[in-house]
Amino acid sequence: MAATKKTLLLWVKQRLSKLVRLDSEGTWLSERFGLPEPVYEVEKPKIDRDKINVIFLIFKRMRQPLMVLLVAYSVAILGLVLVPGMDADGNTVYMTFFHAFYVVSFTATTIGFGEIPFELTFGQRAWMIVTIYTTVIAWFYAIGTILSLIQDPSFRKASSEYSFSRAVKRICEPFYIVLGYGDTGRAMVKALTERNIRAVVMDTNEDKISAMSLKSYGATVPAISADATLPANLVSAGLKHEECRGIIALTPLNAVNLKIAISAKLLKPDVKVICRADSDDVERNMASFGTDVIVDPYHSFAEMVGMSLHSPALYLLYDWLTGVPDTELSDPPYPPGGMWVLCGFGRFGRAIYSELKKAGIRVVIIEIDHARLEGCDDPCVIGEGTEVHTLIQANIQSAVGIVAGTDDDSNNLSIIMTAHGLNENLFVIARQNKRANQILFDAVDADLIMQPGEIIARKIRMLLTIPLLTEFFALACVEDNDWTNILISRICAVVGDIVPSLWRLEIDADYSPAIEKALKFGRKISIDVLMKDPRAREQEMNCIPLLLCREDENILLPDEHTLLQSGDRVLFCGLSDIENHMIMIMRDESLLNYIMTGLSGAECSVFCWFQRRLIGDRRKGKRHLGREQS
Amino acid sequence: MNLEKVVFSFFIVLALTLNFGFFLGDIDNPLHHNIYEFFAALVVSLAATILKFGDRSSMGTLLLASSLVADLQLIVAAIIWGFATEAVGGGLATETITSIVSLSGGALLANLVSVTLLLIETAILRR
Repeated sequence: MAATKKTLLLWVKQRLSKLVRLDSEGTWLSERFGLPEPVYEVEKPKIDRDKINVIFLIFKRMRQPLMVLLVAYSVAILGLVLVPGMDADGNTVYMTFFHAFYVVSFTATTIGFGEIPFELTFGQRAWMIVTIYTTVIAWFYAIGTILSLIQDPSFRKASSEYSFSRAVKRICEPFYIVLGYGDTGRAMVKALTERNIRAVVMDTNEDKISAMSLKSYGATVPAISADATLPANLVSAGLKHEECRGIIALTPLNAVNLKIAISAKLLKPDVKVICRADSDDVERNMASFGTDVIVDPYHSFAEMVGMSLHSPALYLLYDWLTGVPDTELSDPPYPPGGMWVLCGFGRFGRAIYSELKKAGIRVVIIEIDHARLEGCDDPCVIGEGTEVHTLIQANIQSAVGIVAGTDDDSNNLSIIMTAHGLNENLFVIARQNKRANQILFDAVDADLIMQPGEIIARKIRMLLTIPLLTEFFALACVEDNDWTNILISRICAVVGDIVPSLWRLEIDADYSPAIEKALKFGRKISIDVLMKDPRAREQEMNCIPLLLCREDENILLPDEHTLLQSGDRVLFCGLSDIENHMIMIMRDESLLNYIMTGLSGAECSVFCWFQRRLIGDRRKGKRHLGREQS
Repeated sequence: MNLEKVVFSFFIVLALTLNFGFFLGDIDNPLHHNIYEFFAALVVSLAATILKFGDRSSMGTLLLASSLVADLQLIVAAIIWGFATEAVGGGLATETITSIVSLSGGALLANLVSVTLLLIETAILRR
């Protein structure tokens, strides 16, 4: 006993020494308090989750009412059996147990069929009075207890938890756990379910979860309101489920996201952990224990702004390919080079500032807090930016662009409107903090709007649903502007004016058996085979192969005549329904045969044999003919 | 002293004794088997079951199971009894009382198991 306690204590100490690192310098608390160095190979104590079984709960609460009911019934029945009655002829008869049970049953439930089998005697009636008052009250007591039990909040919570964990257990496909169902979480779940990836949602806010039940996604999304910082809740959300591919922490609180990341990495080290982080400290902390992806909305957006500054075409390509499929394509922004005014020098402002500096742009900063401006050598104006005189002081009339980047939406809107009044031709970058203000930001006519939720969702969507896209952009960054412009016009020609969908095809035995078989037989299959319309092989489907991934090389925009090999992965973009056609070609041998030869082959074995003989003969004849000609 | 334990032990032992009293006698002689005793055995057995509702200890679930078995046997016997006297009529036939008593014998066995489990639990706890 003592030994177990000691091990447990040691374990907790070691864990604490590793985990508690929330102080600002980023040093381990372990170093401060002289705790032992973290040891990783420690057996974790099993989490004993106290599962509340709903049925047990009901039964436990029903003990007393059922007992009362049983006593009332048995006393009433016994009395009825013992009290002498009289039949139609005046003979003394006793009620049998069966009849007594019958009479008590309909009396207790207040149905009251009357006096059967014979009219009751005085003694029986006297006993019936007692029976009525005791059994009816006992019955109502029991029913009332059941009803109040059903409406009891703790019971409802228990039953919703029970049904949630059952729903999670029943998932038999890969799924992700989304923690935090705010704007970002909502966009995330939508993106996942659209790509046929299951999601499980957890949020502390009960209203958000109940509002979710009104929304319909393609698949059922189990959801619960629970505290994600409790490891037991993560486990019930399916963290230890073998199909759980990853955990996405999108809560607005850094500390919560951090706790989730730690718990997930401890409980299931191979699970993919994707976290939102709004500060550099937390970001470094998360990276220290191997969080797979850390998304910082401010940096991501600043990078996009930087991209639009030095290569608008690449920005447009990024915007199109990472957008939500089947929505309208956006127009390219052309942020001008010249003097910019930057309002708000917090995390967002700093991120934008460094990108603007990289592009060699002059910046005037407006910020009300002196402390934030330390170490900045550009001209600064102290103020909100919402007043005319601060903007004039920042020389807004000769500026070409303004960034409204404070953490208050009304201030940002006010800055934009005031600045527009002073200089009509400004390029406006607005930071939108709350999704609810979308209409206002649409109305204020900003050129670029930064909405953290959307930025994070876009980034994670790109990582999870189309993995090859990251590789594609890594290669596309190096290409020049002309290359990007040509690709953009090609995409435009293929999809018209809606955002293209992207899909990945894999050449292997599971995913594309027909192609794999044909390759084994030594047939040469080029990419354009996949791009032919399975309904009419003369027509090409509207799509572009963006990237071909092989073991040793990645080919950007592969030629249509590139030959496929086993193990290839190809990234396509085009209209959304083409993906299904391609999958059909890759799986169906006769369809592949039709695409490659134009012949509709036989499918059953008898006809196959027949066809082989016929075609074989014909080929022989042809060969014969060829030889004669030569 | 645990009052819950006292109450439950009382009911489970009473169920056993009542059932034993009913079971005692010639198996085919209705005179040896009192209907009131049977009624009491059934009610007490049901009470013992209700007392074990919602008990999540392993012994508690075993006790619940064995007393549910006793209930089932006795309820079936009661249905046979009611059916034979009310629907068929003409008093208790030898076959009927034989099957009722043998069913109650089964219930007696289940009651015995319950009491044995109770004794084991008490012996283990030593409190």
